[in-house]
Amino acid sequence: MTLPGMSGTAVAADPAPPAERLPRRRGIELALIVLAVLLCVYGYCAVGLARHGTVPPGAAGYGAGLGVLALVAHVAVRLRAPYADPLLLPIAVLLNGLGLVLIYRLDLQTPDDRAAPIQLVWSTLGVAFFIVVVLCLRDHRVLQRYTYVSVVGALALLVLPILFPAVNGARIWIRIAGFSIQPGEFAKVLLAVFFAGYLAANRNALAYSGRQIWRFRRLQLPTGRVLGPIVAIWLLSVLVLVLERDLGTSLLFFGLFVILLYVATGRTGWIAVGLLLACAGALAVGRLEPHVHSRVEDWMDPFASIAAGQGPNQLAQSLFAFAAGGILGTGLGLGHSVLIGFAAKSDFILATAGEELGLAGLAAVFLLYALFVVSGYRAGLALRDPFGRLLSVGLASIVALQVFVIAGGVTGLIPLTGMAMPFLAQGGSSVVTNWIIVALLIRISDCARGQYDGTPAP
Amino acid sequence: MTKYIRRAVGLCALLLVALLVNAARIQVVQAPSYDDNPANRRTAIARYGQPRGDIVVDGRAVTGSRDTGRQFRYERTYLDGPLYAPVTGFASQLYGTTLLEGTEDGVLSGSDPMLAPYPLFNGLVRARGAGGRVVTTLNAEAQRAAFEGLGPRRGAVAAIEPSTGRILALVSTPSYDPGQLSGTGPAASRAWARLNDQDDKPMLNRAIRQTYPPGSTFKVLTAAAALDSGVVDDVDAPTGSPDPYRLPGTTTRLTNETEGCADASLRYAFTWSCNTVFAKLGVDVGLDGMTRTAAGFGFNDRKLRIPFSVAPSNFDLRLDNAQLALSSIGQFDTRATPLQMAMIAGAVAGDGTVKTPYLVERTTSHSGGTLTTTGPRILHQAMTASTAQRMRELMTDVVEKGTGTVAAIPGATVGGKTGTAQHGIGNSGTPYAWFISWARADDSVEPAVAVAVVVEDAAARRGDITGGGFAGPIARAVMEAVLGS
Repeated sequence: MTLPGMSGTAVAADPAPPAERLPRRRGIELALIVLAVLLCVYGYCAVGLARHGTVPPGAAGYGAGLGVLALVAHVAVRLRAPYADPLLLPIAVLLNGLGLVLIYRLDLQTPDDRAAPIQLVWSTLGVAFFIVVVLCLRDHRVLQRYTYVSVVGALALLVLPILFPAVNGARIWIRIAGFSIQPGEFAKVLLAVFFAGYLAANRNALAYSGRQIWRFRRLQLPTGRVLGPIVAIWLLSVLVLVLERDLGTSLLFFGLFVILLYVATGRTGWIAVGLLLACAGALAVGRLEPHVHSRVEDWMDPFASIAAGQGPNQLAQSLFAFAAGGILGTGLGLGHSVLIGFAAKSDFILATAGEELGLAGLAAVFLLYALFVVSGYRAGLALRDPFGRLLSVGLASIVALQVFVIAGGVTGLIPLTGMAMPFLAQGGSSVVTNWIIVALLIRISDCARGQYDGTPAP
Repeated sequence: MTKYIRRAVGLCALLLVALLVNAARIQVVQAPSYDDNPANRRTAIARYGQPRGDIVVDGRAVTGSRDTGRQFRYERTYLDGPLYAPVTGFASQLYGTTLLEGTEDGVLSGSDPMLAPYPLFNGLVRARGAGGRVVTTLNAEAQRAAFEGLGPRRGAVAAIEPSTGRILALVSTPSYDPGQLSGTGPAASRAWARLNDQDDKPMLNRAIRQTYPPGSTFKVLTAAAALDSGVVDDVDAPTGSPDPYRLPGTTTRLTNETEGCADASLRYAFTWSCNTVFAKLGVDVGLDGMTRTAAGFGFNDRKLRIPFSVAPSNFDLRLDNAQLALSSIGQFDTRATPLQMAMIAGAVAGDGTVKTPYLVERTTSHSGGTLTTTGPRILHQAMTASTAQRMRELMTDVVEKGTGTVAAIPGATVGGKTGTAQHGIGNSGTPYAWFISWARADDSVEPAVAVAVVVEDAAARRGDITGGGFAGPIARAVMEAVLGS
């Protein structure tokens, strides 16, 4: 713990600047990308062979499409972010490709609702955004200037769907020209930018000034002037989310807020206060809001609806799917996760992975996410500017929390809240947002690993 | 800040461990119980994912499977569904399985471990063998003769081979087509509701699951008890029985529908079905002797399986003498399934033993390799061989010159016994016309068939001779079918 009054740029624990240029490792990235694309094409063929006994006619086109997307992204990284972490892009390609395989596999059993082609369009759009961000954003510190623009944008995006009719009990979609867009997904990135920018600017004031409570140094509340805006933003976002009945995103924002506050200030007290607030909020919402209340009851007893003679609910079907997979899985195309019905391709996509790839495949998917998140945190550790550190930690935490909330939800670990599995699940806004997150992390890791001179932002 | 970032990484590591441990809990620890949950359709999808094995009668499959292309892929079909429904039962995707479809389900559906060529390996990868076949003991012509003989009337026929216990015919009418219940569509649920609502209960297997008062056909058992216990030594000696017979301890007088029953011999009383003689003989034998003989023929047996369960036929164990007198002529609480009465006829036709009746000759794998076979087994010694010999004489007399002449078959020795049972309050119910018989071809030493027929028919009210007139021709047709094949 550093003493009060030290400046933010000279915190003792920060690393020394790299002495020499690191290897670029673009060849490793290319090799991993080729491997990822081949794995996905193999999965695509395996689905066709299992369902119809033939290699699906679109296999070459699918492989070529995914390959071209990945290669274009790779070229963009080579051009503008040569020192970027070589794991980020291949993991994103592999997860996105696997998601397409799983959605295509489920499409075969729901001929009236083909989601894979649309998902491929969204993936293409996501990669386009990725390339734009990598090419145009030369230094992540530029984003710090837009701290307050970001928060206004985020709130606008969160409020927007309230004006549109509710879909499946939640007001989180807007429909334009046949495409449904979930603006809350984009708000995640903007909120991460805001939290990082605001906390980077005010972290000393938050950490070291204000009143002590009960004479505990660690439970020191900052002055209202510093704390006010951030609590207001948080309350506002939670309020909006309660109105929209989107508990998952609410949980995600709250977790993001607490983690960044802790990383910025190092105050354990914040964690305690945050968790207390979270528990109180969850309890209140769980009691009062029927939509959420039923989710909690399902979590406590997933088979209650079976005992009541109404047949298994989605969570029970999801648990059946995971159980049917066992250790090695049934094999791609050979499971029955389509029994989950509604949302099998989006919120419950992991159940298909769990049934057809088994515990082994599921663990591999979790480890891919873990590697991705660790790459994000590593970029943060290597950086020296507080904004960049907080932004990379924030972006990586978004992915980590999202995976935990939805994966924990569909496996019965925590109450289920609707949320997209990053890259895997059907959902255009989510895929595009995730590609933007990859682009930002690539930009930050490029700055972190390259000879980055610490000059003021351009 | 570095320290705090590292702690955040630590938090993420904890979350990852929680996810992995929970996934292992679901997919490894809880998996077996989730797989077995009745609401989990995967078991059913696997079960209906392959054609169901067939049930075979006389070398011909009477069942089939239809590929619907739906989630539950194969549906059961039946050739001659109503004819064989009392044997096959149904295999419905909505309502489960009954009768042979139920008891032999392991073999038919392929889940029986005997069907797996490499049991341990198949257990590991949860593979299912192809559905096996169930070969029945039925005689197709006897089955058809019985079914057509009953026609639109309510009734049942059971026929067995006396020397082995093989069931040759098992018919119940009105019947139904079990194929109607096969699928999962609204047609199946409509059929289910309709069949359950019908007053004449087409899904009730009357040959084994319905008990009827056996009426005069029960006199076979009473006669055997009288001979076996020594109450009657000479079938031609007078029995010293009055006509009318006053039921012991009451003022109720039992009468006959025929003449000449006073002090009649056992032979005369049996041939002309004298109630008074058999009521007195039952009391003379006593409750112990009667219940012992009834149990020997298979009454009060709750454990009989053929392989599906058979309703126990009833002979009360506690009776006063008046009730014993009525019970001994197949009235009061005495009730029997048609199969039970066929077993009585079979014991007389053979050497006095009752063989365990069975319906499944053998089960085989899909490729024809035998899995199990069933052989003859003695269930009870119902009476001595000499009593059986004398009973054959009595029953033969009934067909040659008594109430059952309608069942006579040229070229064969036929024994029979008619019966009419009245029931309901004040005998208001539709009477049951009975006929039980056996036949042995003249060129054979073994009896070929024993059969019991019951017909619920209002016109049988007038007595034994007319009752035999309804049920007798059906019994004759079944016996002719067996003798001719």
